[in-house]
Amino acid sequence: MAQQRSGAASHRGRGNPTAHISIMKSRPVPKSADELVIRPAVPSDLPALIALDEEITGLAKRRYWKETFTRYRSRRRQPQVLLVAERDGQIEGFVVGEIRAWEFGEPPCGWIFAIQVRPKTRLQGVGTQLFEALCDAFRRAGVTKVRTMMARDNHLVLSFFRSQGMMAGPFIELETTLD
Amino acid sequence: MKLQKASSFALYAVLELAAKPTHQVSGTEIAKKYGISAHHLAKVLRDLGRAGIVEAARGVGGGYRLAANPKRLTLFDVIQIFEPVGPQDNLNGDSRMTTDAGCALRAVLDELDDHTLATFRSITISTMIKLMARKPWKNLVRVPRPTRRAASHR
Repeated sequence: MAQQRSGAASHRGRGNPTAHISIMKSRPVPKSADELVIRPAVPSDLPALIALDEEITGLAKRRYWKETFTRYRSRRRQPQVLLVAERDGQIEGFVVGEIRAWEFGEPPCGWIFAIQVRPKTRLQGVGTQLFEALCDAFRRAGVTKVRTMMARDNHLVLSFFRSQGMMAGPFIELETTLD
Repeated sequence: MKLQKASSFALYAVLELAAKPTHQVSGTEIAKKYGISAHHLAKVLRDLGRAGIVEAARGVGGGYRLAANPKRLTLFDVIQIFEPVGPQDNLNGDSRMTTDAGCALRAVLDELDDHTLATFRSITISTMIKLMARKPWKNLVRVPRPTRRAASHR
């Protein structure tokens, strides 16, 4: 699964653009070594997370991930989530998302900004578990719609999100090249 | 957009077979369910067989079953057997398409084709089966398109 962006859901608690996403407070303990655990990222995950992203995309984005991680960790009341999938002490994947309100005139909804799974671990449901955990966090915050955006030639990730029930939303993305 | 008849019939057949993975379904059964010509469907099933998407079982109780993996088989894989999908390089000798107006028009049409291609390539038969089970269209309210006459009187 490659990188991707997205997110959101309409909000049940109207007028609360910074809904709090409740996430696990403590690190869950796996029942067995090979059990996959989905949990919020902690500072010690950052090197593994950066390495996994680089392995998949071929691009080293250390500064970007450090800034993202610091932002997500320091603003606990903000509706942002960075979850990792861990098995036997190894990070197998991660998902990044947040609730954004009134972007493009839309009420609060959850956006998935990135989801990645280690190539060797794909087709084992890791992406689905990450996706569902993020959706659960959005649900708890009261949003009912999730959005994402990705390159249209990224068929792998497009297929993944389609298989999760996602369909084309109400927006068309436009761009231009500045001279 | 509208698919050619052969593409639609092929998709109905593939979805029917994918929905009943443990059964062999006859062409007549599929034709009857979707109200399509059994003769036309037989031709379509032959093409799908040649592409390795379905396989026929002969003899009593014979029929068809899905040979391809529904988690890997996309709408694009099926449709492209029967009609071109996505931007076409062939200008069909239309010299107007080389003019500025023609090139601008082609850029817009290619944009639409790119989206179509991305959609067909990203939806697997397995995803379609899930979609059929979820029935999200039950909650959709389609706004009727304005008629040509109404649009011209804006």
